[in-house]
Amino acid sequence: MSVTIASEWLNSCSGCEISIVDMGARLLDTLALVDFVHIPVLIDHKYFGQLGDREHIDIPEATVGIISGGIRNEEHLEVAMEMRKKCRIIIALGTCATHGGIPALSNSYTNEEIFDTYYATPTTDPPAGIPTEGIPPLLDSCYALDEKIKVDICLPGCPPHSDQIFTALTGLLKGEPAILPCKSVCDTCPTIRKGKGQLNAVKRFLQAPDYDRVDAPLEEMRCLLEQGFLCMGPVTRAGCGGDNILPRCISARVPCRGCYGPVRHEGNQLLDMLNALASNGIQISTLPETNSFLRFSGAHGRLRPTRQQKEA
Amino acid sequence: MGKTINISPITRIEGHASIVIQLDDEGNVADSRVHTMSLRGFEKFTEGKPAEELPRIVSRICGICPWHHHMASNKAVDRCFDVTPPPAGRKLRELMQIISHAEDKLLHFFFLAAADFVIGPDSDYAVRNIVGIAKANPELAVKVVNMRQMAKSILEKFAGKAIHPVAGVTGGFAKPLLEQDRVEMLAKMREILEFAQFTIHFAKTQVFPKYLDVIKTLGVITTGFIGTVDDQGALNLFDGQIRLMKPDATYTDFDVQDYADYISEHVEAYSYGKMPYAKCWNEGFSLDLENPKGIYRANCLARINVADKMATPLAQAELEEFREQFGRPAQATLLYHWARLIEEVYACERAIELLQDPEITDTHIRAKVEPKAGRGVGCVEAPRGTLIHDYTTDKNGLITNVNLIVGSTHNIGPINMSVNQAARTLIKNGKIDEGILNKVEMAVRAYDP
Repeated sequence: MSVTIASEWLNSCSGCEISIVDMGARLLDTLALVDFVHIPVLIDHKYFGQLGDREHIDIPEATVGIISGGIRNEEHLEVAMEMRKKCRIIIALGTCATHGGIPALSNSYTNEEIFDTYYATPTTDPPAGIPTEGIPPLLDSCYALDEKIKVDICLPGCPPHSDQIFTALTGLLKGEPAILPCKSVCDTCPTIRKGKGQLNAVKRFLQAPDYDRVDAPLEEMRCLLEQGFLCMGPVTRAGCGGDNILPRCISARVPCRGCYGPVRHEGNQLLDMLNALASNGIQISTLPETNSFLRFSGAHGRLRPTRQQKEA
Repeated sequence: MGKTINISPITRIEGHASIVIQLDDEGNVADSRVHTMSLRGFEKFTEGKPAEELPRIVSRICGICPWHHHMASNKAVDRCFDVTPPPAGRKLRELMQIISHAEDKLLHFFFLAAADFVIGPDSDYAVRNIVGIAKANPELAVKVVNMRQMAKSILEKFAGKAIHPVAGVTGGFAKPLLEQDRVEMLAKMREILEFAQFTIHFAKTQVFPKYLDVIKTLGVITTGFIGTVDDQGALNLFDGQIRLMKPDATYTDFDVQDYADYISEHVEAYSYGKMPYAKCWNEGFSLDLENPKGIYRANCLARINVADKMATPLAQAELEEFREQFGRPAQATLLYHWARLIEEVYACERAIELLQDPEITDTHIRAKVEPKAGRGVGCVEAPRGTLIHDYTTDKNGLITNVNLIVGSTHNIGPINMSVNQAARTLIKNGKIDEGILNKVEMAVRAYDP
């Protein structure tokens, strides 16, 4: 019997699903071995029956349930709970599912503040009210999956590299659990590090980093953090380069912003980065703001509105 | 009131939406609505962030077209900081953006849309998908997957990240193109162009002819159109003037910096997504099928309608053939599929042009940047439509205001109209089946939302 898979996307951008498609030829091999019973981006299975006449969301039973995106509204919550009920193993795919991802930046604001801005931009006609008819109400925050349902396997990344998705899926087919490296981006970055104490400020990414020749490999470029650029490599989980190992942003000569989330699942990228900078004698005040250290991991209550915002 | 039909989720599209059709006591359509379900609040949570970081944040609006958000955002920040990228930096941005167009259209045509035509609109949903296509035509499936992967691999190999890119930077591009990489990319793009030509030929001979009646009726509405053209009036996906065309084919061209004088956004109580409309026509907003007001459409069919011509020879020949058959502007909704394949040919030809430009390997790719107070509108043609990012910064170069009009939102109003038209035409006296409901969804899929 083939392995059945159900897949859902919640508060997400579909980048994780594209990363599945980016398995390329391996996707066709995988499709031959598994049976997708529900995946809205590819297959027309419907929540309320194929004639749209049932009352409750129904997803078929499956061995593996893949969920991308965090939980931001009541429908996301209902779908996530239905997936948990129907699937033996739940994979949280991508950093939105594991840590909230970029959309969890909204956790610094109340829903009212978000509506007040979105429905009052200069080109928006003043609405009679905030839309509510037939659309799911927002929850008070953007949640990672494991805040609402039990998750069996976390595959972070924005998006997770196709190599890791393939490894995880084929591992499941063989009954082997996916084991992801618990290392930092720096542990897999080949740039030259000379050590502490030569820097007291970090700068914004407004100029090109230094390296000798245009075709110099990363091994010949000085670490971007040591060049004075903010780089989240020390506090970010490795793996973005897939089987090729090299961190993807650094390969483009651009510093890391933390898209794989914290090195340990329960880590805090903001605290860890403040520590890393302070222990190197770097003044944080040289940066205009530090909330962005949680750019990818603002769920789990890490980002939240202030009391004044809530009372306003 | 009669029965309510809840088609949820709309499948084989790239976002989150559902259709609710309300029948009357006789089983005919009383009303239909397309609900857009998602609101994430990028306009709010980008406030206070350093502007140069936005191209790496707003890319997450869409994981299918992140390159387009990335580039529109970079252009907006350049303007806020009053910096002009050097020619090679500008051209590398366009090269990456145009290759991602080439990749995206193959994805939509084969992975999302084709099953309705190749397997058939009334067939069992369990086989009416890419898996069904792969089983029915394994050779084609392998070719499709490999060609799309080839385009994706160009982006990833050169720019590090292909999904949620980082290589566009304020003032230009992060790394120069080396000669050996240029040669390799050129060979790959030539191969993809060949496949683009195969694809449009395949569609014109084996797909569209079988469905001409459906094309001429399903989801057909009459609207205006929006797109970008260069100074010769030719379609351009990266830069140029915005052209807003009325249903009678008369048009106005304007600079995107002035977009707010031409476009407003209407809010309906049943959709989180707003519905842009042509404020400058001074007729208000209405989705009435007989007498729509202010409604225009975006995305590929709109772009080839507003353009006087295509800037590359093979795409121009395709446009001429298309116009001969369907006129200008072509209104039939399913013609989006055809228009998309014409743009696919253009995207490949344009990538090859850029790769043959001696300036593309210049190593001066990034201008000096100082953060400052300013305002800038950045725009590109994303696969799903004219994409507008409007930013304001304070004296430290931090974001104070953001307004976004995302490509697919232009079509939220028109999609509602097309669904309404399709439902009213197809559902009579309470008779519904899976094939009918799938055809209603095909009126959405054409827009690739």
